[in-house]
Amino acid sequence: MRWWHPADIGFALRSKAAAVGQATRLLLRLLAGLGYVLKRPGLLRDQIHFLGNYSLAIIGVSGLFVGFVLGLQGYYILQRYGSAEAVGMMVALTLLRELGPVVTALLFAGRAGTALTAEIGLMKAGEQLSAMEMMAVDPVERILAPRFWAGLIAMPLLAAVFSAIGIMGGWIVGVLLLGIDGGAFWGQMQSGVDVFKDLGNGVIKSVVFGITVTFVALLQGFVAKPTPEGVSRATTRTVVMASLSVLALDFMLTAMMFSI
Amino acid sequence: MMTMPDIAGFSMQSSASPPLVELRNVTFGYGDRTILRDVSLTIPRGKVTALMGASGGGKTTVLRLIGGQARAQAGQVLLDGQDVGAMSQAQLYAARRRMGMLFQFGALFTDMTVFENVAFPLREHTDLSEGLVRDIVLMKLQAVGLRGARDLMPSQISGGMARRVALARAMALDPEFIMYDEPFAGLDPISLGTSAQLIRELNDALGLTSIIVSHDLEETFKLADQVIILGPGVVAAQGTPDKVRASSDPLVHQFVHALPQGPVPFHVQGPSLDADFGVDALKGGR
Amino acid sequence: MQPSKTDIWVGLFVMLGAAALVFLALRAGNLLTLDFNKGYEVTARFDNIGGLKPQAAVRSAGVKVGRVKSIGFNDQTFQADVHIELTNGYAFPKDSSFKILTSGLLGDQYVGVEAGFDEKPLVSGDTVTNTQSAIVLENLIGQFLYGKASESSAPKAAE
Repeated sequence: MRWWHPADIGFALRSKAAAVGQATRLLLRLLAGLGYVLKRPGLLRDQIHFLGNYSLAIIGVSGLFVGFVLGLQGYYILQRYGSAEAVGMMVALTLLRELGPVVTALLFAGRAGTALTAEIGLMKAGEQLSAMEMMAVDPVERILAPRFWAGLIAMPLLAAVFSAIGIMGGWIVGVLLLGIDGGAFWGQMQSGVDVFKDLGNGVIKSVVFGITVTFVALLQGFVAKPTPEGVSRATTRTVVMASLSVLALDFMLTAMMFSI
Repeated sequence: MMTMPDIAGFSMQSSASPPLVELRNVTFGYGDRTILRDVSLTIPRGKVTALMGASGGGKTTVLRLIGGQARAQAGQVLLDGQDVGAMSQAQLYAARRRMGMLFQFGALFTDMTVFENVAFPLREHTDLSEGLVRDIVLMKLQAVGLRGARDLMPSQISGGMARRVALARAMALDPEFIMYDEPFAGLDPISLGTSAQLIRELNDALGLTSIIVSHDLEETFKLADQVIILGPGVVAAQGTPDKVRASSDPLVHQFVHALPQGPVPFHVQGPSLDADFGVDALKGGR
Repeated sequence: MQPSKTDIWVGLFVMLGAAALVFLALRAGNLLTLDFNKGYEVTARFDNIGGLKPQAAVRSAGVKVGRVKSIGFNDQTFQADVHIELTNGYAFPKDSSFKILTSGLLGDQYVGVEAGFDEKPLVSGDTVTNTQSAIVLENLIGQFLYGKASESSAPKAAE
């Protein structure tokens, strides 16, 4: 594209706008596919298994280590102000409000998102989507929609598991290793964490992230060029776009939810 | 054979009836590349028609236009009298249930077994019990000789077998009209002969209409009742194999006799011989 | 829908996620201490609410007895109207005093209630004027300086 040619710029802008329009249409079709998915719960179940169960290992282990680190760092910092017992509250708030949804989303994008993109891209390359269309079955309904809704359901559950395991990791480090009083750990946490404000907003965030990551992954696979190179580029784009979107959305949601 | 409700209005009449598929003055292209320019052709009912031509000449495009996966920019694509381009989504899906399409490499669903692949259209479009579905699937697999492979995955069977499974799948709903995209490409002689025989037998035994897009001169000419040769954007020839073989059109002649030189040039456009090999320079030129 | 062995795994996954949510809500959060009973509402008038925010606790003798529902400005009296929801079951005399206190040195501000001696209790809709505003740092410094100044001038006057 020659940037000094208005015609080229115009063409580039128009094709970007067309791409955004196409993506929006796909999102609407995926949302409308809920009816179809509810009629075929077996498809949804298989996809939840593929996206959720297979991600449990990485989410669980990551949550544990993040909890360890939070407990450790939190202790060192709070101890200086004599508030070491607030570690529990600090770990819980950090996880529930931010790290739980965000880190889970980033890990999900890397593990499940790329798997989705590659799968859809390869199906496109092998003409499977075309064949399905020719058999009068809408591939968006049959293949994409179950994956979309499965991602939407699996993400909040994974984020909850991440946060829960993280808090226990913080407990292991804080109480078992560093000797903070267990009662104070949980007590301070309970008084500082509000179910609706902290946990509820965290759940809302993870639902939004689930939609974002799954949609980006499915979109990239759907519009990928049907060559090995095209699929490879699409998976890269999934991780990059999904991660950046999650971080940007996190900022916007945090500003909306936690403004004083 | 089951009788299907007449949703898309297909009628099973003798070969004296109007053609099943007709393209009238169809123009189609991508961006500034025109693939079909004012093309008109007819596909007669109950016969095997072959679509041939140089690579990129628009053969697969014609199939996609008929199947409604692409829309013509001008002209009409008539399926039993109805314009495919003007159909609503529901009408298009109803029409597609009456046709079968065989993709070049089979396009089997790689996450399902052979059995599940053939059962797919039945399970999606009918409410038949699993017992009935099983019987139909096994019958279709029997017709293509792959009943024993029913529990294998597509990655475990050869390319030729995959294509036969795809044929069984295309036949699952007993369509009245099948399109084959390069059914002979890359097959060994045995598979080739088997496939050709299958296409012929199915067409005659079930009263189907078949369109074959192919590059294989010998096999296709032996098989087809009618041959259409597409040149760059136009129909170069249309008629029985013998008539086409005897055509005096230079493009058709080059194609049918597999000549390297003719209207389709051997050399791709590029710099002249002199410029590349410097013959003029030897003579002390520029 | 045909039963399949993935059913078990998916079921376990969903149950695990739900269990995690329940754990977070009960153990990490304050769901168990949430009061869903409707309380009775009183309005307290303050000259200065300082950093008091809605949802802040209302405590008496250190125990939470209610919360601040909303804070508004009264342009008739030019005071702050703090709408407080007190838990049903706790009755305070009509002349109880409401103070804005700070928990800890740098902590959040809350409303402290000191019971009075009246026989009649506060009921829904009452307005409390026996209040003490939040401590504003500037006023405190001003008081201190003024006090210091009068201290140094008093001995001179006594001479």
